[in-house]
Amino acid sequence: MNNSLSLSRHDALDRGGKAQPLLRVRGLQKHFTITRGGMGRQAKRVHAVDGVDFDVYKGETLGIVGESGCGKSTTARLLMHLLAADHGEMVFDGDPIGQRGGISVRGMRRQVQMVFQNSYASLNPRMSVEDSIAFGPQVHGVNRRESRQRARRLLDQVGLSSRLFAHRYPHELSGGQRQRVNIARALALEPRLLILDEAVSALDKSVEAQVLNLLMDLKQEYGLTYLFISHDLNVVRYISDRVMVMYLGKVAEMGEVEALYRAPAHPYTRALLSAMPSMNPDQRTQQAPLVGDPPNPIDLPPGCRFCPRCPMVEDACRDAEPALEACGTAHQVACRRADEVMAGAVPVKRISEESPT
Amino acid sequence: MSLAAATSDPAAASQPPLVEISDLTVHFRTPTRQVHAVNGVDLSLERGEVLTILGESGSGKSVTLRTLMRLLPERRSQISGRVSVDGQDVLAMSQRQLTRFRGRTASMIFQEPMLAFDPVYTIGEQIAETVCRHEGVSRREGLARALELFELVRIPSAQRRLANYPHELSGGMSQRAMIALALSCRPKLLLADEPTTALDATVQIQILLLLRDLQRELGMSVIFVTHDMGVANEISDRIAVMYAGRIVESGRVEELIGAPQHPYTQGLMASRASGAQRGQRLEAIPGAPPDLAELPQGCAFAPRCPQASDECLAAVPAARGLSDIHWAACCRLPA
Amino acid sequence: MSLTLDGAQADAPVPAPVQGYWGAVFGRLRRDPVALVSGIVLLMILLAALFAPWLAPASPFQTSMLNRLQPIGSPGYPLGSDELGRDVLSRLIHGARLSLLIGVMPVINAFVIGSAIGIVAGFVGGRTNSVIMRVIDVFYAFPAVLLAVALAGALGAGLVNSLLSLTIVFIPPIARVAESVTTQVRSVDYIEAARASGARSLTIIRRHVLGNVLGPIFVYATSLISVSMILASGLSFLGLGARPPMPEWGLMLNTMRDAIYVNPWVAVLPGMMIFTVSICFNMLSDGLRSAMDVKL
Repeated sequence: MNNSLSLSRHDALDRGGKAQPLLRVRGLQKHFTITRGGMGRQAKRVHAVDGVDFDVYKGETLGIVGESGCGKSTTARLLMHLLAADHGEMVFDGDPIGQRGGISVRGMRRQVQMVFQNSYASLNPRMSVEDSIAFGPQVHGVNRRESRQRARRLLDQVGLSSRLFAHRYPHELSGGQRQRVNIARALALEPRLLILDEAVSALDKSVEAQVLNLLMDLKQEYGLTYLFISHDLNVVRYISDRVMVMYLGKVAEMGEVEALYRAPAHPYTRALLSAMPSMNPDQRTQQAPLVGDPPNPIDLPPGCRFCPRCPMVEDACRDAEPALEACGTAHQVACRRADEVMAGAVPVKRISEESPT
Repeated sequence: MSLAAATSDPAAASQPPLVEISDLTVHFRTPTRQVHAVNGVDLSLERGEVLTILGESGSGKSVTLRTLMRLLPERRSQISGRVSVDGQDVLAMSQRQLTRFRGRTASMIFQEPMLAFDPVYTIGEQIAETVCRHEGVSRREGLARALELFELVRIPSAQRRLANYPHELSGGMSQRAMIALALSCRPKLLLADEPTTALDATVQIQILLLLRDLQRELGMSVIFVTHDMGVANEISDRIAVMYAGRIVESGRVEELIGAPQHPYTQGLMASRASGAQRGQRLEAIPGAPPDLAELPQGCAFAPRCPQASDECLAAVPAARGLSDIHWAACCRLPA
Repeated sequence: MSLTLDGAQADAPVPAPVQGYWGAVFGRLRRDPVALVSGIVLLMILLAALFAPWLAPASPFQTSMLNRLQPIGSPGYPLGSDELGRDVLSRLIHGARLSLLIGVMPVINAFVIGSAIGIVAGFVGGRTNSVIMRVIDVFYAFPAVLLAVALAGALGAGLVNSLLSLTIVFIPPIARVAESVTTQVRSVDYIEAARASGARSLTIIRRHVLGNVLGPIFVYATSLISVSMILASGLSFLGLGARPPMPEWGLMLNTMRDAIYVNPWVAVLPGMMIFTVSICFNMLSDGLRSAMDVKL
């Protein structure tokens, strides 16, 4: 991606240069206790995020995919410090977050913003669109007039005429329009990293395309970095530079998007890709790649956590949890049999799904 | 509509269609305005056919489906037109006839399976109870039938699962249980309202394949409502695309996915993120669907249509036949 | 960069005219016939109370031994007279002042105090919340009538004390509602978004929580006014609230109860007033609740 358009503010803020990751996450972990122990009961813990490492490079879009319970949304909330992590280190452009000698959480939140899935719930129903957008800058000391002006400018920028929309309330807008407002709100603090948590998932397909286009344009214009969380593999493939596949709180596979989609190295990634409905009437899916549901991240099996559903499981998989290892340039996978998977041991349906014309 | 469906199975062609909807309109009254949810839908469904109604939110696809079971709030909705299922006039049924009709002739599955079950009884009891009530058999026979049904929908260790309460089942499993409940009285018509939308990708495909198999095994007719083209492609024989309460294009899957003719269908296909290369802009359909309380004159898609002309605004375009089954309602197509 | 291209067209269907939240609420309230009638009745009673000296045909204190227990429609006594020969119509009009005051004031006080307690407890959450709410529950465990009578009795008879005891009675239910509404709102995405923009807790409460919780709490509080009116009248009836010869509906009901065999229609009039006002407040709060449901 070409980011020559980045704003001067970003150049001023950019400290480590292009090579230093914008965000570095190591050993991120969050367990939720659902039943306390004691009185003869075993404590039940949800392993929502269970030791996750990744980097987000400047100017890229990192996609995170996975099914419900894989921990992708928890990861987003941990990054925003909306939830407190049990363990883990987060470094923003060289500065550890919330530590001595690093950057404060409040300081980080000026540079990292988030767009939520539910466009209605993420806007205060009693605030006009303009006030919602202006709230962030006001919190950070921008005066009322200037923050309103910024709000109006942003509204125009996300494609909603400020003349018509500034004084509207959320319930007077359509889903797509609300999500545009949410994007404007997130941009009001001029962040460098935008976390998009299923931001287009609730939109109709024709509106989704509009918002995706908008996101691409804004990225160019402001030199933004995106963390794009979604369950929709098509959308992630379209918008991301790199993809991280999560399963039950762990990273299963991570790599450049085209390489990963063309030759997935983890049996789970492979299954996810084959589970996508076909768009070719002559090549309908004949067999489901996996049986059963994604399990709860409560009682994890020993060894690799994909074992119970894996079509290629062998005894050794149950003994030890595989580590995330390189399996190509900028491609990492946590599977003992990755080589076989990449070589096509399990047939995968072709994902190129152009309709027969 | 004279151009409406023929069937893929020539043997059944002699029989009348299972479902016939003609000139259906549904309006909802709210204190302040009148919402035109369905505006003249003609539809027919052969026995053993799977039809998908494809559309975005507010297109009227779910309302059309619910009308087939008369599930709309009676006092707030105004329904006109004719709806007949298996030779019965649905709109003229008494409450008693309706109770018999629901479950035995037609039954329905939803996006949220939890809503179909009472949380305080086991799944087995509820299915058995439905069977007993509708078919007047004993409780034992009802339970035996429930077990049969669970095996039919491929629920592993079915006997044990029957004793589960609804909340104890995972998403895919409760969806299967709801399908079992819907099939408990051997309906001729299964109505499916986005049953896979809330499911994870790997589970969605399992449910789609299950429905496909069941339809073939039981010879049911299915009307499936979804907003997802891929899902529509996997499940259906025929697709009808709805926009602003009207069917704008209808045809066999191969025709509709392969060579869509209506600008709206074409737009939907083109705006899919998977179709474009990374870095390219998506060919998004500009604008938003119309306000159903104030529908524009003429073709409802015209304000967003790249090919619209004055002719489009004059009157609602009539269906233009493209093959024996395929048709689209667009002025730009040759009549 | 032509960023506005898609969007400009995305605006194409311009929905309902711009209208604030409260504008919409009152618009809907006006179209609700029951709420409208209740509101008008209450407004008329309120106006009558305010302008009592000018509206009342006679003094509420003027006794007349000759004209005791006159029936409705007697000359000079349109609604009859009480056991001391005072004009009942005048006493009802003057009584509205005190009855409304002791019905509404405790609820207003409890609304302020209870909301503050509940919102703080709900927003802070965790252990603080549990401690506050358990203390509240202790009060909540007593039946309202019993608590009001016991408190008023302990504090001693009198108007101020009865106001005070009723306030204490209404704090726990309002605090509980405030707490549960706040807990709900706290977990909604827009609060998360506000936190994510770096806002501090007090700012979030002021800008995002208050506006969204005060409405529902207010609706609940309006529904308590009817209970408060009845309890206040009850306290007066028991001699714990207003003292004779003050005109107050509950007290009037008490003093005229012997007359029920002589002149039943006159004797039940104060009771009917209490009933009417209570019902109207309930209907108004019902209407307000449905009018405040934002989703169209």
